[in-house]
Amino acid sequence: MKLTEIIENSGEWLKGDGPHRNIVVSSRVRLARNLRSKPFPGWAKKAERIEVLKIVKSAVEQLPEMEDAYTENLEALSPLEKQVLVERHLISREHAAKGVGSGVVMNVNQSLSFMINEEDHLRMQAICCGLQLGKVFAMINQADSELEPMLDFAFHPQLGYLTACPSNVGTGMRASAMLHLPGLVMSDQMNKIINSVNKIGLAVRGLHGEGTEAMGNLFQVSNQTTLGEAEEEIISRLNDVIEKIIEHECNARQLLLQKKPVTLLDQIGRAYGVLSYAHSISSKEALNLLSVIKLGTDLNLFPDENRILVDELFIETQPAHLQKGAHVQKMSADERDTLRASLIRAKLQVVPKPDIAKIATQPLGTTENDE
Amino acid sequence: MQCDVCQQKEATVFLTQIVGGKMQKVNLCEACSKDKGVNDPTGFALADLLLGMGAAQEIEKNPAAQRCPVCGFTQADFKKTGRLGCSTCYEVFADGLEGMIRNMHKGPEHVGKAPVAYLRSRQIDQKIKTLQSSLQEAVAAEQYEKAADLRDQIRRIEAGLEA
Ligand SMILES: [Zn+2]
Ligand SMILES: [Zn+2]
Repeated sequence: MKLTEIIENSGEWLKGDGPHRNIVVSSRVRLARNLRSKPFPGWAKKAERIEVLKIVKSAVEQLPEMEDAYTENLEALSPLEKQVLVERHLISREHAAKGVGSGVVMNVNQSLSFMINEEDHLRMQAICCGLQLGKVFAMINQADSELEPMLDFAFHPQLGYLTACPSNVGTGMRASAMLHLPGLVMSDQMNKIINSVNKIGLAVRGLHGEGTEAMGNLFQVSNQTTLGEAEEEIISRLNDVIEKIIEHECNARQLLLQKKPVTLLDQIGRAYGVLSYAHSISSKEALNLLSVIKLGTDLNLFPDENRILVDELFIETQPAHLQKGAHVQKMSADERDTLRASLIRAKLQVVPKPDIAKIATQPLGTTENDE
Repeated sequence: MQCDVCQQKEATVFLTQIVGGKMQKVNLCEACSKDKGVNDPTGFALADLLLGMGAAQEIEKNPAAQRCPVCGFTQADFKKTGRLGCSTCYEVFADGLEGMIRNMHKGPEHVGKAPVAYLRSRQIDQKIKTLQSSLQEAVAAEQYEKAADLRDQIRRIEAGLEA
């Protein structure tokens, strides 16, 4: 399979469906594994990295679920192509900086991806739409079990799976969910949430933003510790916290509808206006306004069939995606802003202006809570 | 406030994390926060960063000249990178790592998934131990026939003929 196939199709986590789809953009579980007595990638010499890459890659390619996978050595990818994979959440920023001796393997629908010789010999992730941490863990756990007979993973009786950084030993697992929380941000409750989540050993972080200022009102919640707690416990604790956050977000939206309907409608109308008519727009402004359109969709102001189009714009308006789409390796920020605006204008043409008559009194589809 | 990493530029990113009941604060300038991947949503970076910076003193429990026989890693290398050299380093630097790992995590011992091969070998070890103590008892009780049987059984297990 070729990279163009990956690039031309958005991942299943973006197009698919899942519980709490409106608020939980995606669920992801990542496992770190290393080969026994082989130097970790950061300490290994080039020849040693190449050897590990060969061993691990061929094992991953043999997995039944990775039949027809996209598989590549990192030095074969241009910086732009690597950046596209970062924007897709398929590889990490750190991995994109790697070259000879590192590799990547991912399946067609982008639900499974394997980074070879990132900080650890193998970091593998499963990603899925909505709140489905149990399901994504089962997916990646199965891949891990299938790799086990083929690869001699470093495992310690007390410390569990050994990793390059002691902060990942034990399960070697990071479970996370990406949440869209405009209600909590608009009602100034995000700091409170972040503080209380941190207190219980979980982390909340803004996506493409600094500190608590998250672009597009997107936040990632994940476990911080990996030793002393079984995988299932970590996931269930995380899941409980996320459900609480969803509840707070719904309440915040409800309150905004009741107490500040004019402010809310004004923001949604302005976001639609700017995105529909702007000729130059920064990545930050675009993400923040798209977030408001997404909220408007949750509130029934925009047709639900346009939901995926809006969600895809979050990814498509990222710098590398814009450039890749335009087949340009280098582009100035101004040129990107112009291109971004014209892409959004074109896509939003099929989205009708906000229909105030349809505004939801229940901000979140009650059908979803049945699950 | 100064950046904790480069100790030069003004810090603009402030991180607080509570890990193992201990509050840890890190202040970073914009360049270092980008560099350290603090904004990377992939989930590993922040814990690594926090750990990497606090780690230096604690591993010093091990003698400075100590070197991992497999990969040649020393504690000075750990101080620089906050990462270990290979899986054997965890044995070599166990004394110094112990306290640090305890501070970082929820508990000192792994309780999750383990490789099937590891579980099987642990099971076999336990079985052999039980048989060996029965053997000693049999010898002490002068039940030589029983002892011979037990010894054969242990040998078969050790030779991988019986699980
Ligand atoms: Zn700095
Ligand atoms: Zn070593």
